[in-house]
Amino acid sequence: QVQLVVPVAVVFSPGSVPGDLPSPLPFRDVQEMEISVNLRTSVTSRYEMAYQGTTAQEEAAMAVTTAREADAALRPLQDVSMGSLTMYVVPENSSLLPQGTSVYVGRHRSALVRAGGGLAALHARLRQVTQVMSFTATSIAAALSDRVPDGRLSPDARRSLKSSLGYEITFSLLNPDPKSHAVDWDIEGAVNRYVKPVLDKLSLVANFSVDSQILYYAVLGVTPRYDKESSSFLLSAHSLPHVINPVEARLGSSAASLYPVLNFLLYVPERSHSPLYIQDKDGAPVSTNAFHSPRWGGIMVYNVEAPASPQASLPLQVDVDMARVMEVFLAQLRLLFGLSREELPPEFLLESPGNEGLADWELDHLLWAHTVENIATVSTTLTSLAQLLDKIGNIVIKDDVASEVYRAVASVQSAMAKLAVGHLHSAFQASKEAVTSSERAFFDPSLLHLLYFPDDQKFAIYIPLFLPMAVPILLSLAKIVRETRQRKKEPTKMD
Amino acid sequence: RAGMAAALLLLLLLLAACPGPGRAGAGRERRDTLREELLLSPLPTGDVAATFQFRTRWDADLQRGAVSHYRLFPKALGRLVAALGVRELHLALTQGFWRTRVWGQPPLQAPAGAELWVWFQPAVTDVDKAWKELSNILSGIFCASLNFIDSTNTVIPTASFKPLGLANGTDHHLLRYAVLPREVVCTENLTPWKKLLPCGSKAGLAVLLKAERLFHSSYHSQAVHIRPVCRDASCMAVSWELRQTLTVVFDVFSSGQGKKDWSLFKMFSRTLTDACPLASQSKVYVDISPKNKEKELLEVTPPPTSVHEAVVQGDKKTYAVYDLLSPLLFNTSRSLNVQLKWKRPQDSSEMPIPVLHAQRYVGGYGLQTGEICTLIYNTHPYRAFPVILLETVPWYLRLYVHTLTIITKGKENKPSYIHYQPAQDRRRPHLLEMLIQLPANSVTKITIQFERALLKWTEYPPDPNHGFYVGSSVLSALVPSVIPMKDVDVEQSPLFTSLFPSSDGSSYFVRLYTEPLLVNLPTPDFSMPYNVICLTCTVVAVCYGSFYNLLTRTFHVEEPSRGGLAKRLANVIRKLRGVPLL
Repeated sequence: QVQLVVPVAVVFSPGSVPGDLPSPLPFRDVQEMEISVNLRTSVTSRYEMAYQGTTAQEEAAMAVTTAREADAALRPLQDVSMGSLTMYVVPENSSLLPQGTSVYVGRHRSALVRAGGGLAALHARLRQVTQVMSFTATSIAAALSDRVPDGRLSPDARRSLKSSLGYEITFSLLNPDPKSHAVDWDIEGAVNRYVKPVLDKLSLVANFSVDSQILYYAVLGVTPRYDKESSSFLLSAHSLPHVINPVEARLGSSAASLYPVLNFLLYVPERSHSPLYIQDKDGAPVSTNAFHSPRWGGIMVYNVEAPASPQASLPLQVDVDMARVMEVFLAQLRLLFGLSREELPPEFLLESPGNEGLADWELDHLLWAHTVENIATVSTTLTSLAQLLDKIGNIVIKDDVASEVYRAVASVQSAMAKLAVGHLHSAFQASKEAVTSSERAFFDPSLLHLLYFPDDQKFAIYIPLFLPMAVPILLSLAKIVRETRQRKKEPTKMD
Repeated sequence: RAGMAAALLLLLLLLAACPGPGRAGAGRERRDTLREELLLSPLPTGDVAATFQFRTRWDADLQRGAVSHYRLFPKALGRLVAALGVRELHLALTQGFWRTRVWGQPPLQAPAGAELWVWFQPAVTDVDKAWKELSNILSGIFCASLNFIDSTNTVIPTASFKPLGLANGTDHHLLRYAVLPREVVCTENLTPWKKLLPCGSKAGLAVLLKAERLFHSSYHSQAVHIRPVCRDASCMAVSWELRQTLTVVFDVFSSGQGKKDWSLFKMFSRTLTDACPLASQSKVYVDISPKNKEKELLEVTPPPTSVHEAVVQGDKKTYAVYDLLSPLLFNTSRSLNVQLKWKRPQDSSEMPIPVLHAQRYVGGYGLQTGEICTLIYNTHPYRAFPVILLETVPWYLRLYVHTLTIITKGKENKPSYIHYQPAQDRRRPHLLEMLIQLPANSVTKITIQFERALLKWTEYPPDPNHGFYVGSSVLSALVPSVIPMKDVDVEQSPLFTSLFPSSDGSSYFVRLYTEPLLVNLPTPDFSMPYNVICLTCTVVAVCYGSFYNLLTRTFHVEEPSRGGLAKRLANVIRKLRGVPLL
């Protein structure tokens, strides 16, 4: 039974304290929520709320004009440990928040909440904010998607990548027509400028490696349809699943590592097929001209402008606008990590994550989900190992495998204990160790050799012994049966 | 402090928003170049050898690990080199055997099966682990059974394999060499090899690489060579070079109804239409050098764009060159189909014999002992030269080193250097390296006796009666040239001359491989254990059955009756014989 504890500090600024508080500030309060995944698995979440008033420093920090400035100024005054949240309740008439918004979620682990409507309304609002900033029932269900019964999970929840110790990100430029387009991209600069800050921030979650390649004569698997009206080529949404396969063969597997690969493809259509646009299900062109494939990566079509004069010499020099491309790829990267910023009520205002591409609380969001997923993975792995042992009695478990199993169990237990006291970071580290140990135990080569001599084959070898030996036994059995039958008949004869 | 952080953040934002530093426009300097080349040389026997070379040079330091943005260099190999600390990698997959004596010196020979030799960086601490990992990954990339490379077929040669690229130290502990002679090369190995080419098989010379034609040949060898080279003449920086080579020998004589004329279309069933648009050089060379001093016997059509003369492997050669990048070539016709016609039938007797060639066979009879004989020929009329012989023999042939004899012209020839590493059962093979002086115009015979070991029954490969392969032995030599050679610039000269570094003008480097050997080992009858089990079990069961009957039957005296069938039969016979009845 997993218990997730989120420490939340609620700070009331002067003039925002609701009248119907149960006890004078400061005081503590616990709220529980049950997330049931399937009949047997459920996760309890506890929000440990600590209500308090503002200190003088905090008041000073909040005496600014905009929410963003307040967020930046309040940052040094908070509890900065991962997973803990700080809510500042501001008076109903505060000018910090723009008109119409009642919640402002900052770039770090804090939010500004507009008071009003009494304690019950405030509670509801606080609960909503804490869920957005930590985890929701759907994000936990998505993390445990293996255990959710089919059909109960929306396709969006199956989009995010499985938790892993590392990821490889590969950017590929596909140029199917090098004769007419000489495409250049400044991928090195773009990676340093746009991708690296995000990955630096994500490095807490997993190891990342980034590389890129240019593939020539790599074509999509679908011939686009020509549209006379717009004199362009169209790829309809239902044909997109067939696009990837022929390209995939060229991408090359990551031979040197075992981490899952995230592919981002930039496709420059050949001259005879440009411009090429992707259509959504309703037939309208997709504004970004890109699409993504769950747990695989994304593809963007980059159209090259036709030269002004048809006599322009081939190949055409094309310099890819990396800002435009990376904007799309980073959005896809966030989607693939399950960090979408949709489905929020309109009165919520989220601060843009800035150059890092990721707010602190979004990182927490990811860590919560990954920790829960890691714990589930370890329990699945160890359960299947136990099942294997039950099935094959004579399998040999070496000492090092056993110690890995013990280590995995200990790490999982410590991860759960850490979660139950709200130490997210150490819980995540422990769950990572547990995954490593359990995988090492499960994939140990010594568990394979003995599998290949099943008992029925042993029996087959000894059939030449058993069969002739069975003949006299069976014959005498038959004789016994015959005799007993006769003996039963005999008494009637005697009479 | 908070204000400063905010200001810094704002600055960062601004930096992110503004476009990158000035980009070079159309004329951006390429850091990697591709050259492709096809060499067609008619062989004395009427066969035609076609050697493709694709050379990607990348002016970047792969080793640092910081480089991860690939253009022409294939990412799979680049990552491999960076991750495992490879300094030089040579992998060859070969089907068939290059017959040096009749075909002449090959531009690039490889032993039958798979050959892999790798130099690692001095920074690599556990070379054996890196080697194992490397062979596993390569077997995945090339769909070959390189994962069978283990300590029983890996050796560390001390003298035969020197780094071909830039190297500042030659500590041979960083070298690993393995040959798998049993490996069969086919289409599934060619496809991944083609995939590494920047243009794939869609454009350029690679369009000729059609699998069904390439494997319908007498010899097929594809190779990958990765090595660091000097970036420029001053050699201050390192560039990485990837050479993909493919050699095929077509038997046009028998497939062309006894005519030695050939064309590209006849051999590959394709013609050339363009160069790979990414290549900076794309050339076809046809060897049209006159075999003797008479006038030319052959004519090529269409007329070549230029003629190139060079001294290759001690021979003056003339090549007709077709530059696919020159616009003149495709002016008259849309495709290039090089054709060669012989003006009059060629005399096969005037076939030149290469200066160095060798031959190897297994001698002896029976299944207990045997003898490996190697014959090395030096046909140079007046120059003696040394040759390094590398012999790797699997552990199950136990070499008797005291029987090693080297005889030249009836006299014993003492090797000036000998390195022998004895085998360990199931652990490592025999390694024998010798530096032998070959006198002018001589045959040197090297024999060594061996004993065949008995294997455990699980160690036999499938079809053990086929025999066990012993990999080719390797001959490396600096062969003196009859004609003085000029020092050539590597970047300018054709690719087929520039893989091996030439030391000076008077000699050239040759590496030859002898035939692989097929040795029969005493092979048990593998169905025997099951037969034994069946037989014993039946005997045991019969014994058990009678014993069981003995124990469980109840015996009682039978009343004498008219007797059974046997008694009546006996009485009939007795009656016939006139003996009293029973």
